[in-house]
Amino acid sequence: MIERVFREEHGRAVAVLARVFGDVDVAEEAVQDAFVEAVRRWPSDGAPPSPAGWIITTARNKAIDRLRREALRDGKHAQAALVREGGPVEVGGVEDDRLRLIFTCCHPALAMRARVALTLRLLGGLTTAEIARAFLVPEATMAQRLVRAKAKIRDARIPYRVPEKADLPGRLSGVLAVIYLVFNEGYPGRGELGAEAIRLGRVLRELMPDEPEVLGLLALMLLVESRKAARIRDGALVLLGEQDRGLWDRGLVQEGQSLVRRCLEINRPGPYQIQAAMNAVHSDAANAQDTKWGQILELYDQLLVVAPTPVAALNRAVVVAEIDGPEVGLALVEELDLGRYYLFHAIRADLLRRLGRNAEAAEAYAAAIARTRNESERAFLGKRRA
Amino acid sequence: MKLYALNMIQPVGDPPPPEVLDKVMADIAEIRQDLEMEESWVFGRGFHGPEASTMVRCRGDEVVATDGPWTEGKEHIGGVTIIQVEDLDAALKVAARFCKATGLPMEVRPFQGEV
Repeated sequence: MIERVFREEHGRAVAVLARVFGDVDVAEEAVQDAFVEAVRRWPSDGAPPSPAGWIITTARNKAIDRLRREALRDGKHAQAALVREGGPVEVGGVEDDRLRLIFTCCHPALAMRARVALTLRLLGGLTTAEIARAFLVPEATMAQRLVRAKAKIRDARIPYRVPEKADLPGRLSGVLAVIYLVFNEGYPGRGELGAEAIRLGRVLRELMPDEPEVLGLLALMLLVESRKAARIRDGALVLLGEQDRGLWDRGLVQEGQSLVRRCLEINRPGPYQIQAAMNAVHSDAANAQDTKWGQILELYDQLLVVAPTPVAALNRAVVVAEIDGPEVGLALVEELDLGRYYLFHAIRADLLRRLGRNAEAAEAYAAAIARTRNESERAFLGKRRA
Repeated sequence: MKLYALNMIQPVGDPPPPEVLDKVMADIAEIRQDLEMEESWVFGRGFHGPEASTMVRCRGDEVVATDGPWTEGKEHIGGVTIIQVEDLDAALKVAARFCKATGLPMEVRPFQGEV
């Protein structure tokens, strides 16, 4: 019970307290104290009628106690007298405090990995140890990363506010990038991060329901997540075309597809919406042979207009290979400068294999294996090479 | 309010030709005027090049002055502007204007404390 409240309400509690005290660090410690108190009291006293309200009020009082103690210790008696207990803290309001907190955590003045860590810690309520485990770094390293990030927020005075309208598109895409990065970190096997990213995506959808890219990112994550059970077989990655589609989660598919339809109504396409739409086309096909590759190719052409990246061009080449054959696809792949990316070699290898150029294919598979450390990806590539 | 130093990071070498520089200087003057109107302006000046600087060091009890900067860098701080604004976002906006005017990167560095 407490654990569930912790995960669901941590972000909101930190966000409200950060507004009240104007300091993210004070807010985080106070919320931590309040949960410790909950663990101590709820089992014997019973859970309060409004657990979230209890946490926020208790955290507020804890913060006041702490600030008063610190002021007295520093000999600032006048300041201590000013720190008074008030009534219950107002929660909610027109602009959710969590939205402010997201934009602070994902501020461009912070390094990307600091943004990811802060978002998971403050908004997601993950512990430092959990975040460290998910990103395969020692806990002390992650703790230091969080301390530095919070110090920069304080020292450089990164504001605690939703950006002005003119800055919103750029800043929002920064927030979406953080959530999508969390999702992709979770994708090959660290499932808890994938689930966390979707949860953050849902929070953002609740806060900004009319921003099409917010809906697009959530749809994209849901559609990819729907294939999770079919993606790994006997420890090896299974390609989309070879997956058992009966294992796809129909509930997630439907939710993702209805979001894609909503995006089409809004009609302000962006990179996440387009990628979600591609995944929706795959989800529509009862089997791999029924895939409407022409539609997917059109979407890739759109994507390359709004977000021209070599990785998108690589994936487009795969679609072209489905329509015009592996030789045409391979010619497009060879033009790309992506030698450091394992999927470039994996895709090249697959196209060479389909063309019967087996020696070259084996070499390309070896190059791909050398460039990934993920076990299920290595297992998949090893099988293919054999 | 908070104080920020905006450090203009300039490559070593000759300044741009007058026809380019005049436009840059005019744009910078306009930014300064706006900052003064908003009461954000504290101080701003360009530096002479690092070849004009002198280092003073302590060696035991002795104090020695020598020519030149510490290291030969590819870039140096070409000028500094100090502004007084609400928060980092406001400082970044001002830095962006300088950046557009000069084409040079700007380091935005907060001073300790409040004003």
